[in-house]
Amino acid sequence: MDAILIQILNGLDKGGAYALIALGLTLTFGTLGVVNFAHGALFMLGAFCAVSVQQLLTISKKVKDESITFFDAYKEQPYLEIWWGDTGTAIIDYAVPISILFAIPVMLLIGVAMERGLIKHFYKRTHAEQILVTFGLAIVIQEIIRSIYGANPIPTPAPDIVAGSAAVGAALGLSENLVYPWWRLIYLAFSAVIIFGVFAFLKYTTFGMVVRAGMSDRETVSLLGINVERRFTIVFGLATVVAGLAGVMYAPILPPDYHMGMDFLVLSFVVVVVGGMGSLGGAVAAGFLLGILQSFASMNEVKTILPGIDQIIIYLVAVVVLLVRPRGLMGREGVMED
Amino acid sequence: MMNLSLKNNMVVMLIFSAVVLTAPLWLDPIGANYPDLLQKFAIFGIFAIGYNILFGLTGYLSFGHATFLGVGSYTAVWSFKLFTMNVVPAIIFAIIIAGVFALAIGYISLRRSGIYFSILTLAFAQMSYSLAYSVLTPITNGETGLQLSIQDPRYIDAMAGVAVKEGLPSTNLFGQLMSGYSGFYFCAVMLIIGFYVSLKIFRSPYGLKLIAIKSNQNRMNYTGFNTRPYLLSAFVISGMYAGLAGALMAVTDPLAGAERMQWTASGEVVLMTILGGVGTLVGPLIGVGIIKYFENIFSAMNESVLHEIFNFLPQAMENIVVSVTQHFVGEGWHLTLGALFMLVVIFLPGGIMEGITNIIRFVKKKLGMSVDESGDTL
Repeated sequence: MDAILIQILNGLDKGGAYALIALGLTLTFGTLGVVNFAHGALFMLGAFCAVSVQQLLTISKKVKDESITFFDAYKEQPYLEIWWGDTGTAIIDYAVPISILFAIPVMLLIGVAMERGLIKHFYKRTHAEQILVTFGLAIVIQEIIRSIYGANPIPTPAPDIVAGSAAVGAALGLSENLVYPWWRLIYLAFSAVIIFGVFAFLKYTTFGMVVRAGMSDRETVSLLGINVERRFTIVFGLATVVAGLAGVMYAPILPPDYHMGMDFLVLSFVVVVVGGMGSLGGAVAAGFLLGILQSFASMNEVKTILPGIDQIIIYLVAVVVLLVRPRGLMGREGVMED
Repeated sequence: MMNLSLKNNMVVMLIFSAVVLTAPLWLDPIGANYPDLLQKFAIFGIFAIGYNILFGLTGYLSFGHATFLGVGSYTAVWSFKLFTMNVVPAIIFAIIIAGVFALAIGYISLRRSGIYFSILTLAFAQMSYSLAYSVLTPITNGETGLQLSIQDPRYIDAMAGVAVKEGLPSTNLFGQLMSGYSGFYFCAVMLIIGFYVSLKIFRSPYGLKLIAIKSNQNRMNYTGFNTRPYLLSAFVISGMYAGLAGALMAVTDPLAGAERMQWTASGEVVLMTILGGVGTLVGPLIGVGIIKYFENIFSAMNESVLHEIFNFLPQAMENIVVSVTQHFVGEGWHLTLGALFMLVVIFLPGGIMEGITNIIRFVKKKLGMSVDESGDTL
């Protein structure tokens, strides 16, 4: 029982990341009709927002280390600590949450610039060309990040207060041994909040209503005199922000490196296809579903029966789903079927 | 009377063979005349013209062709380990096994088209890659990669009584060692054969049917034409080309690793094909030449080399230019590649061949010559 619960939790937080990225991808498909291979790179850029904020906050100066008295020793001390003492230390500790505030405008800007500067010119081109140009863009973004930050993963710790593990088992009245890292629980809650936020935005605001209308019949909406294109640009920006935030929060779980985006991209595409192109609910459901399936497949009991299944389960599910239900679990008719 | 234009296959093949076989001569002035690089040109050339038969003719964008390359390499190395160091059986086995893989993957993937097809091939490629790294370690030797060893049985060689020497044996073609220039010439002959097959396909009713599928598959279906066998056969043929390329990699350097199967490797062949000109006969080869040549030059550059290149500039300007350009060379070569690729897709979707055609047409118009609108199929 414990083992199963822990696998579900494991699956949920990974699934959260898949769901957030897949949500953004689907928004782009559904509104702009563009296959964005650079979406994984946006996730990676989000993670590097956290890295940048952390590095900015810890800009240091060499000071004499007072604790060593035998000889002159120097240590790096961040300016924030020098200026503000303990408050400074606390701010540095909270680098990752702070970088959320930083990431939102930055990612929005990047998204809008990308749409206006590049994607816009590819609406009328074939899907193959859209894939190719965004693939090129992904390489460029990735390499720029590598030439700035280097090739090694950069550890970006979460605040100390949530460093430990939560006694999930005890809280639920189960075994005491069942513990789970706090930050992963936070990630799960965070992704749930973002997902509900995006859905509420699309469902309960006028803007969202127009966007949904545009997704199902773009021509009619524009004939009504509504500037659909501008709204879709904003939706692209929104998708970028969602991917970026998913990246920011993922930084403490997986130290960011320049190719993390590509690793997640392939999986997220599979998630979108399983969920059904153009279906937001499908993307989220498939994200969590595949996350959980993957974590169950990596249990030792399963691996002894089917060796290597943990490596391929997601792709296997995708192949089966595509062959049995070509539109995915919750796909709509007429999306990407020309 | 014999028709001496490019429409005649024999003329094309004569010119092509002459160009390929004299490559060491005319590549010498630009510093690309050494066996390693020449072999790479030929091997990736085979890979790209094979890929072009699928993507160029039918328009199906596969992101999984590196799988067949990897399968070819593994098969060839196993043939070296188990049977003989002669390259002929290795190549035959590699082509057959890669073809079988392509048949299986193609049969399933081709049930869908467009973006779904791309993602299915991507899924299969990632699956093969992960398996090669994990469960299939007894066959693929995992992260270390498959290598020759002294304990290998090599049954046929043992039966034929090939003298066992000290150290690892090398690959050979009936006694002729496959390293250096002889390796290149072997690859070049394979490239010429591969090009001939591709030329025949391009200029046959079969090739025309593939092009018809690209331009309007629905209409083909409505006329009562079953497109599936054609697509599948094109997929298998291009998979076999990839297998041949993989085998030649193992021939020139007998080891095989799973990283050859990663989807970025599939991305590379797409890139080469697009850069040169997708759907043209020689375009993919031009793409391969450019990418491999500049990869070779750019990735060897570093800051001090750049300072030497730009030292005709005033000191301050030199420093600025170097500090900008150093991000694009050495480790940053991929940045150049990505940027170049984006520029080509944005401004010249037909690749370099389209550029050349446009220039020729422009010049002809200026000179008042008649323009052949049907286009050359080279």
